[in-house]
Amino acid sequence: MNRQGDRWTAEQVLALAPDAASSKAGSRLGVAGPWSEAGCAPGAVWGLCKGSGSKPYQTVVDTAGLAYKCSCPSRKFPCKHALGLLLLRATDERAVPDGAAPDWAEQWLEERRQRTEKRGAEGSPTSGGPSDPEAARRRAERRAERVTAGAMELEQRLADLLRGGLAAVEQGGYGHWEETAARMVDAQAPGLASRVRELGAIPGSGPGWPVRLLEECALLHLLDHAWLNRDHLPKPLAATVRTRIGLPVSAEGTAVRDSWLVLAQYDTQDGKLTTRRAWLYGQRSQRTALVLDFGAAGRAPGLALPVGLAIDAELTPYPGAGQLRAALGERFGAPAPIEAPPPGHSAAEALDLYGRALRDDPWLDFWPVTLSGVIPIPAEDGWQLADAWGSPRAEGPGGGSALPVPSAALSRSGLWKLAAISGGAPVTVFGTCGHRGFTPLAAWAQGTAETVPLI
Amino acid sequence: MTGTVTPWEELVTSALLGTDRRTPPRGVGAPDKEAPTALLDAAALHTVRRRAGLLPGRAAARPEPAPHDPRPALPAAARRRLAQLLADRSAPSSGGGRRGTAPDLTELLPQWLTAAGSHGYRAPATLLPALLDAARARTDLRPQTLSFAGPRGTWLARLNPEWKFALRGGAGGSVLPDPTDDEAVRRLWEEGLFAERVALLTAVRAHDPEAARALLGSTWCTERAEDRLMFLDSLRTGLSGADEPFLEAALSDRSRNVRATAAELLSALPESALAARMSGRAASCVGLDRTDGCERIAVEAPHECDTEMQRDGVVPKAPAGRGERSWWLGQLVEAAPLGGWPGRLGARTPREIVALPVADGWGDELHAAWCRAAVRQRDAEWSRALLGSPAAPPESGPGTTSLAERAELLATLDPDERSGWVAEFIAAHGLSEAFQLLGVCPVPWAGPLGRAVVDALEIARDAGSYPWSFSGVMGLAERCLDPAEATRLEVLTAIPAEAEDTSPGAGGYWSEAFQRLVGTLRLRATMLAELTPRPH
Repeated sequence: MNRQGDRWTAEQVLALAPDAASSKAGSRLGVAGPWSEAGCAPGAVWGLCKGSGSKPYQTVVDTAGLAYKCSCPSRKFPCKHALGLLLLRATDERAVPDGAAPDWAEQWLEERRQRTEKRGAEGSPTSGGPSDPEAARRRAERRAERVTAGAMELEQRLADLLRGGLAAVEQGGYGHWEETAARMVDAQAPGLASRVRELGAIPGSGPGWPVRLLEECALLHLLDHAWLNRDHLPKPLAATVRTRIGLPVSAEGTAVRDSWLVLAQYDTQDGKLTTRRAWLYGQRSQRTALVLDFGAAGRAPGLALPVGLAIDAELTPYPGAGQLRAALGERFGAPAPIEAPPPGHSAAEALDLYGRALRDDPWLDFWPVTLSGVIPIPAEDGWQLADAWGSPRAEGPGGGSALPVPSAALSRSGLWKLAAISGGAPVTVFGTCGHRGFTPLAAWAQGTAETVPLI
Repeated sequence: MTGTVTPWEELVTSALLGTDRRTPPRGVGAPDKEAPTALLDAAALHTVRRRAGLLPGRAAARPEPAPHDPRPALPAAARRRLAQLLADRSAPSSGGGRRGTAPDLTELLPQWLTAAGSHGYRAPATLLPALLDAARARTDLRPQTLSFAGPRGTWLARLNPEWKFALRGGAGGSVLPDPTDDEAVRRLWEEGLFAERVALLTAVRAHDPEAARALLGSTWCTERAEDRLMFLDSLRTGLSGADEPFLEAALSDRSRNVRATAAELLSALPESALAARMSGRAASCVGLDRTDGCERIAVEAPHECDTEMQRDGVVPKAPAGRGERSWWLGQLVEAAPLGGWPGRLGARTPREIVALPVADGWGDELHAAWCRAAVRQRDAEWSRALLGSPAAPPESGPGTTSLAERAELLATLDPDERSGWVAEFIAAHGLSEAFQLLGVCPVPWAGPLGRAVVDALEIARDAGSYPWSFSGVMGLAERCLDPAEATRLEVLTAIPAEAEDTSPGAGGYWSEAFQRLVGTLRLRATMLAELTPRPH
């Protein structure tokens, strides 16, 4: 049995934590003290955890399918008990011996096994389809009409803005944009709404804001325009526009089974909505994919992938040219340690790749790229990632090409971690490359396969 | 670029002022479109074109690569443990107040660092920022952290002003030359920073004391007074008769503090001329008195503090509130070799001497001076005599009632004897006064000492108090008890039946405290096992 793949490291376990509080609470439970009857079998771990009440919580983890069950009342997912149990297994082999699952754990594991088999037998997990295609078509048509009205209204507002001048915006304040954003929400175009809301933040964003505001207004105008003329666009671009507008799309391509390397996983907050992003790289298909999951109203997203491990799974792409989003389908077997980081590029190649991706999606802010042979340099005006080789000293003090790291892009701790593993030597860095610079998300020291998360 | 306005700049100007006031440049957009729309079209085109055509910038000066660290990497499990200990440190503490049953990981960090240091591991690069942050917040962790962080830690600290502290101490960062490499030693001694020079002197002295004295002597006259003091202080380690001529010369130093330290060091060398002079002076003040048929010690304190005494380090001016003569006496007795007293006082053993009555109320003064002498001369026999029986009530003890002084006396005993004494003390007097004494006992606590502490905790629980009255000792026990005790402690984690005279709920809290103790001991055992290299 491949114990190594099944037994995750503490870092990998902590990467599953939905938030910092859970990771701390989980760490505290990652010791033998509160646990009893803990054990594991291939693909499963279980244990009883003493809580504040008299009855201990029953915790089971399906390590192959990445599912968790716990009798505790927590709505976090995985809960601190599941994290603690996995940590205990990661750090103290003796505390979680091999064995047969007790009844309460076996029951749930068995149910899961049966469900998976059934789903496998039925084929596509999303079979079924709309019950009334005609009604659905009418609904979609009505929504498109509303979006069109919204886009036209937005065009009008942008034209008014340009007529009066951007300089007037600085005094106008945030309220003006909020109101327009609300109109776009009414028009059922959430993508337009969030872009409009971002416009509101630009006048307060420091020197050079008029240029940035003009750029973003222009791209918004381009999006309106693309929507209004979508019938004349090539099909993939039209799909991209629909995505950018914020219309619901579902994964519909052919599923790609691959050994997907989990490069990064992180959350962003937008109001009450938490978005969890996971970047995956397919070792055979050499594709980078983005898997999204959402958690509303303070609930953590359910997606939890172990950074630095490869998962054998099917991904179904979403439509749209150059769109990287994919839905995670069936997983096969336990995650395995990776052997090497994805192949990398130079600084110039990274910008090239971003430039090429803009042809398919001009609204792209960044494109995922792995840089190899770069050195992080702390410079006066922020950090850089510079090619370690390439044109040598000829071009001035450092020589060679470099990408700036946007100041807001990373927590300080991530940058220092990057500097520490580099030690002035070249490293491999995965991140997003765009017009604001390169945002590092994970790194590998020279000659190692260990993924160091930077976010 | 001045003078020429690019089309894009013209677009921005029009956009800023508004197309009503400033018509966009000619040739922008299709003629049939309104000005704002034409402007937005042109701006969109420009924006996408600019983004698609971005070129990388020029690299800034690269930092020198970090020096190679040849030490072995941590075993994987130990590395995860360290990550966990450091993560717990930075995570916001939950709830405050009650500590619950989970171990306090932050408290285990120093022990982990010591153990890792003893195995000579290299710190994992990913954890260097967290390690440096930890050492920044806790000065007591710095020496261990910095030597563990090694050359890469120092390299990293140079990039971040918040970690400046790492560059100050000599211990972690700079690499000392081989003590036999005369030229490198000489160069660092002449050019190094003060901390580096102290570290160098210590290293050379450990290797070849004669060479270290020669090194120190070569620049002695030109050193600043405070530096001379520190260098002299570093002779304390490995002090021997061979140091006497150097110290004797330092007795005439310009600086009073240097003179006093030289005298103190000489007095710790019983064979030194200074010790003999002090012995003579002390002997003339303290003797046996056989009047009235019983024997006691008679004291005749010195009447003056002459220049010879002052040259030998006796401070003439007494602190406020102390009589001059008793002040001088104290210094003479403290500096006189203890080995001279049995001969002077009727061939008695130290224990018998300490037990003798002292005339005219000089007893406290004399015993206190002997305590200081025993500590300074690291004389176990005298320490033992002055400590007396651990079971006796502290106030009736022979030497001193001060716990701080007792702790110092204990430190001169060998580790087993020290632990045994404290174990008996705890068995007789409980835990309330034991904290300071426990601090000088070797870790992990020896079996009898550990059992005495656990027994005393159990007695405290049964007496009905709350565990937080003993939180200091409890915390110490978590860090110092031998992990092997965990099994024996297990029975104490049960919640005891509530008796009438106990504090409400105390049983539950005690159970919780013992659970935490057991949990921490288990964790420490695992932690130390993880650091032990295993053959593959």
